Amino acid sequence: MAHQDISQYRFTDGKLNLRRFHQAKWDEPIIFELSRKGQRGILVPEVEEEMRSKTGDVLATLPETMRRQEPPKLPELSQPQVLRHYLRLSQENLGADLNVEVGQGTCTMKYSPKINDQLASHPKLAELHPLQDEKTVQGILEIMVRFEQILKEISGMDRFSLQPAAGSAAIYTNASIIRAYHESRGEAEQRDEVITTIFSHPSNAACAKTAGFKVITLYPDEDGYPDLDALKAAVSERTAALMITNPEDTGIFNPRIEEFVAVVHDAGGLCAYDQANANGILGITRAKDAGFDLCHFNLHKTFSSPHGCGGPGGGASGVTQELARFLPVPLVDFDGQKYYLDYDRPQSVGVLRPFYGYAPVILRAYAWVMSLGAEGLREVAEIAVLNNNYLLKKMLEIPGVSAPYAKSRRRIEQVRYSWETLTQETGIHSEQLGLRAADFGIHYWTSHHPFVVPEPCTLEPTESFSQDDLDEYVDIIAHVADEARTNPQLVKTAPHNSTIHSIDHTPLDDPSRWATTWRAHLRKVRETED
Amino acid sequence: MLERRLGLIVNPVAGIGGRVGLKGSDGAEIQKRALELGAVPQSMKRAVQAMERLKSLDHLEFITYPGEMGEDAVRACELEPRVIGSIKPGETTPEDTRNAAREMLQLKVDLLLFAGGDGTARDIYRAVGTEVPVLGIPAGVKIHSAVYATNPGNAGELAALYLKGRVTSLREAEVMDIDEEAVRQGAVFARLYGYLKIPFRTSLVQNLKIASAGEGASLASIAYDIVQKMEDDCLYIIGPGTTTRAITSELGLVKTLIGVDVILNRKLLAADVNESQLLALLEGHPAKIVVTPIGGQGYLFGRGNQQISPEVIKKVGKENVIVVSTPEKLYTLGRQSLWVDTGDPFVDKILTGYTRVVTGYNERAVRKVSC
Repeated sequence: MAHQDISQYRFTDGKLNLRRFHQAKWDEPIIFELSRKGQRGILVPEVEEEMRSKTGDVLATLPETMRRQEPPKLPELSQPQVLRHYLRLSQENLGADLNVEVGQGTCTMKYSPKINDQLASHPKLAELHPLQDEKTVQGILEIMVRFEQILKEISGMDRFSLQPAAGSAAIYTNASIIRAYHESRGEAEQRDEVITTIFSHPSNAACAKTAGFKVITLYPDEDGYPDLDALKAAVSERTAALMITNPEDTGIFNPRIEEFVAVVHDAGGLCAYDQANANGILGITRAKDAGFDLCHFNLHKTFSSPHGCGGPGGGASGVTQELARFLPVPLVDFDGQKYYLDYDRPQSVGVLRPFYGYAPVILRAYAWVMSLGAEGLREVAEIAVLNNNYLLKKMLEIPGVSAPYAKSRRRIEQVRYSWETLTQETGIHSEQLGLRAADFGIHYWTSHHPFVVPEPCTLEPTESFSQDDLDEYVDIIAHVADEARTNPQLVKTAPHNSTIHSIDHTPLDDPSRWATTWRAHLRKVRETED
Repeated sequence: MLERRLGLIVNPVAGIGGRVGLKGSDGAEIQKRALELGAVPQSMKRAVQAMERLKSLDHLEFITYPGEMGEDAVRACELEPRVIGSIKPGETTPEDTRNAAREMLQLKVDLLLFAGGDGTARDIYRAVGTEVPVLGIPAGVKIHSAVYATNPGNAGELAALYLKGRVTSLREAEVMDIDEEAVRQGAVFARLYGYLKIPFRTSLVQNLKIASAGEGASLASIAYDIVQKMEDDCLYIIGPGTTTRAITSELGLVKTLIGVDVILNRKLLAADVNESQLLALLEGHPAKIVVTPIGGQGYLFGRGNQQISPEVIKKVGKENVIVVSTPEKLYTLGRQSLWVDTGDPFVDKILTGYTRVVTGYNERAVRKVSC
């Protein structure tokens, strides 16, 4: 196998062999630009007279108000053109299954077992419709109830909703529950402040804000840990909740988490635990045991369903018995005879999104947990932490990189590194290292909101990668860092073996030029150019 | 591609007083003493470090002053400058710096790069104000102003990105200086002299996922928060700065950028006030003070806003001090604390501890204040 080749022949005459890689480049236009009037993928034959005479005008039953006034402005292409287009784009991509994907820290890019994909695309699941009668979907409802029991065991919480569409949706759910709780006690107006930390995932601040709270952000103390004294200074009778990630996005576990929870509880606030970074603590610590009132998991990432654009994602909000009445509707329940959707929950925060969760995501997560068992889950966490600290040690051997904050302490499942020293010495930035690393076929990602750590990169090796994989990754990074000193021009002009050579990011800072749709592109960019 | 023009001004004596312990290099007498003490000029070396990063740019014309004021640095990088003006070698003066800046403005340089310290920044400010983008190569003893890149290499790189059009944002950055004579006698008194327009990029690693509307959006958000919550019949003492200017702009008022203004019921009550005017206004009115930390340093009081004296702060009360800052400015402060140095140890002590900083509409950061 190719993989074994590279580890077997890692060195020639004491010199490191790095993987040789070159990406396909197709100069492929945007699909709208390929459109030619009248091109068609399929020409549907006319309905035979015999059939038409029996069915009549099938469209006549559609109400006038639901009919399109004009056809959608879709690109007009033949089927092979469409196929070719997307195959080409897929070749111009450095996907998660194509490389040693440890460079996208905070995203837990673990391997998603393909058998779980097969289960999710099985017609028994794929052909279900959320509007089907409960009686006809007992199987998937049972899986949802069973999966909820698993999440309860992992977190210690008493009830879960699987409805949220992803991590941020689950955090928003929790913020809504916090508001509903204080409303139920007549304190909603008074308790309008949510406290978070700068290295908690920024969704905590964003969701609290969206749910109507004021947001207070704590900065780390001198040792780089979440600042307990700052928390004590921040809490008051206005505190609605603490919403934090732990370990934080730096990979640092808050050693005073119990005190954090106690300070907020003493002030009358709730504590919500963003467990997006749970991969290193599965089976080891539990949110409720630490005193939290709410938590959430990402079923994509931690529970192996594909992440982000490979998704869709899935969130799960968990709460204590006291807060269960506020969970979104419906909850899935079992009455001893059958599984059913419970909408009769008068204090619920309502419906977060249609239906009751992404069934394929829940099925993948359930299958993943069942294939591991409780011991396997703990092993996942242990290997993820071991992998990360192995990588940390190897990375810190590279001159010019550091792991800021909590000096010389180990990290949980990821590390936010800083190349500040290398940048000062060579003028090469973290982003440029990443572009050069792409020349060796690995992904290295530099989006790290907020920009507190200079020249950041965050690596999260998860449990999916072997020692050989990690060695290959870190060898490439070490090689590129060395090139920054010996041949900076080569690094600055990278990538050389990839499709896209450099992207001008400045329009992204300019609302008048950014365009997320073709229509917006035509309006904002093409028209102004003409 | 269009021809771009870069102006370079090197203050040959900047930084000369530093290593020999003279706390600055302003004044011919001090420069003479520094040379006698064995000082070696630093600014030329640092200018060369910056220019090295600009060597690879095509279609770039270097406009500079003769000899030690820039020509030497450009030639040291094997580049051919267009030299203007005239100087007396070995006897350059602040007037030379100001003349050079003015002439480069007339020649419509796209960016004016200077190597020097706070004294040089003041001269550039006096000559061109905010009429042309400027960037400082840090080379002086005193670097209190916020107009410099973090080191000479970064100055060259940021200049290159700006000239290539890869960085387009400009921000107004503080020109600060301390009275050197006072420092030599043991006192520190920093003054805000004005603002230069500098190219600005939050981070060179800004990536797709965090694309934002930039600092402008944060400023608008902060201003909206403050203005929405303004209380009637309460004096608002607005400290200097571009962050606080966003608040007066939100009210449709014109701010004294380097002075202190007072607002009452959303109207300008007094502009560019001094301490005694403030104390007089405070009679019979509740009041709030709105200040922003100085970029890169984090001083809330005692640098550039001494009008808001310990007496004023005592009358207004600690609980009525509102600190505003964009998140971007807080990030650049890193883990360092915010600082107060009012001149009154008792008031400094009161102001220390943790304070809330308004970072946007309904958004606060908690930061430590030290003295």
